[in-house]
Amino acid sequence: MRNTFSEALYEAAKRNPDIYIVVSDISPAGSMAKFSAEYPDRFINVGVAEQSMIGICAGLALKGCQPFAYTIATFSLYRPFEMVRDDLCYQNLPVTVVGMGAGVIYSTLGGTHHTQEDIAVAGAIPNMQIIAPCDPAECTSATRWCATQRNGPVYLRIGKAGEPVLTKGAEPWTFGKVRYLRRGADVCILTYGCIAKMAAEVADRLQEKGKSVSLVSVHTLKPLDRQGIIDALRHHPQVIVIEEHAPQGGLAPQTKQIAWDIKAECRLDTFTLEDEFIHNYGGWESLLGAHGLSTEQILAKVA
Amino acid sequence: MANRANIFDVRAARARCRKYRRRILDISQNVSALHIGGAFSCTEIVDCIYFGLMRKANPGGTSPDTFLMSKGHGCMIQYVILEDLGVLSRADLEAYCTPAGRLGAHPDYGNPGIEASTGALGHGLSMVVGMALAERGRGTGGIVYSVLSDGEVQEGSTWEAVLMASSLKLANIVAFVDNNDFQSLGRTSVTHPSFYPLAEKFRAFGWETVEVDGHDNGAIHEAVISREGGRPLMVCAKTTKGKGVSYMENVPIWHYRSPNKEEYAQAIAELECQS
Repeated sequence: MRNTFSEALYEAAKRNPDIYIVVSDISPAGSMAKFSAEYPDRFINVGVAEQSMIGICAGLALKGCQPFAYTIATFSLYRPFEMVRDDLCYQNLPVTVVGMGAGVIYSTLGGTHHTQEDIAVAGAIPNMQIIAPCDPAECTSATRWCATQRNGPVYLRIGKAGEPVLTKGAEPWTFGKVRYLRRGADVCILTYGCIAKMAAEVADRLQEKGKSVSLVSVHTLKPLDRQGIIDALRHHPQVIVIEEHAPQGGLAPQTKQIAWDIKAECRLDTFTLEDEFIHNYGGWESLLGAHGLSTEQILAKVA
Repeated sequence: MANRANIFDVRAARARCRKYRRRILDISQNVSALHIGGAFSCTEIVDCIYFGLMRKANPGGTSPDTFLMSKGHGCMIQYVILEDLGVLSRADLEAYCTPAGRLGAHPDYGNPGIEASTGALGHGLSMVVGMALAERGRGTGGIVYSVLSDGEVQEGSTWEAVLMASSLKLANIVAFVDNNDFQSLGRTSVTHPSFYPLAEKFRAFGWETVEVDGHDNGAIHEAVISREGGRPLMVCAKTTKGKGVSYMENVPIWHYRSPNKEEYAQAIAELECQS
């Protein structure tokens, strides 16, 4: 995703001289080298100084610019949290805070590099918008939107590298609207971010068992497409939420709340990370599996 | 810088500062608290920024320069100056910290003349760096002025910004430190003996620095217009918290509280005797 983010931002920056990227000692791969070479005055590396990264973006935005802050998710959101809250959200500035390698993608680096609760943290702040694309193509669409939107701050939660394309042939991406990657009648899987790959595998396996399955990218976590979730709950006898996030404050509890509000009659199963830090240093799938997030474990509970 | 040196009438500046302190005292009688000590310590600094340093707006336009009050708790002096300039109304000031008003004890972005929301310390200078970057990128020649408290210079985030400003060679930043040596629990020099020397620390981070009496209107102005340039400028302004009212000076309780009627009368009488 970081490559498609970089390419989309580079293309946007060519058209808009007010686009800046402020990074904290880490550079998006690929096209960001072109960005920094062609627009060195708009590629700012603050070094290891994340509070300043956010504050500088705020200052740029206060002067009408369209800045992006970029680093590993935990350092883009947690370290400078008060700057995100006060400088960006309180002032409602159109700054995109990119959280790269979110969730537990940095699987071998330990809990200091995980963001298990970032949706909850960012989502608790007024004015904050949250987007978590499910594949590189969706990341391109989201980045393009962030480069032109003037609503206010965005937390753009992206993966790192190697995510498969899941959105080929899907309906167009629209901010704030759920996106059906495939449509079925029996089961609806709601997901977002990198774990959509696992959700797609679950969908495939359910289809092999004869189920008709919808797979939905709930890429915009805030504002959540409440009506889109309601429709999914009403039009499928079984709904499954799969997310790479703690059980609090993410898509699963919000879907349950909506289901309660509308007295939904469907079966609803949710699969999230547990409310525990992870002391596991294997691969990404290994960490997810330790918290019950694997295709086999999910199928065993929903099939 | 020399070509932007406005003619700065020091006698007029002193008269304005007396007037502003009286105005703040008047408003203090409407509310129980208003950060009076910190406003009085930076009165001359903020007056100089508005009347001696920032270029005047073109008719119908805005100044090419910017002022960001990083020590948000000092905003009363900014409010009364903005009232004097006609940016804020008398009604705005009279409704300060009331349900009907729009002005609080820290400045809020969106209110007339307020360039950023501050109050949480250590945020202002990074925003100043971003603003200065934008001005440089657009080739506007705009200068960004700011006032920091010495308390917020203890924030690690301030030092991130100090480092960035010089690394980016942002010569269009002028940051005053209102060095009254007081914070909520007492003297900074007692809490942090290693806080000083302060200007040398900024100099070590690549800034041009100058130390000045922060209540000497002419010296403040001269310190900025005579700068070498080419780097961000830090003006270490030696000040007295509660300056101008004897019983407030260097007494921590006046960080926040308002004077009662008797104290108010004494303060006004003292200001009347000052030239």
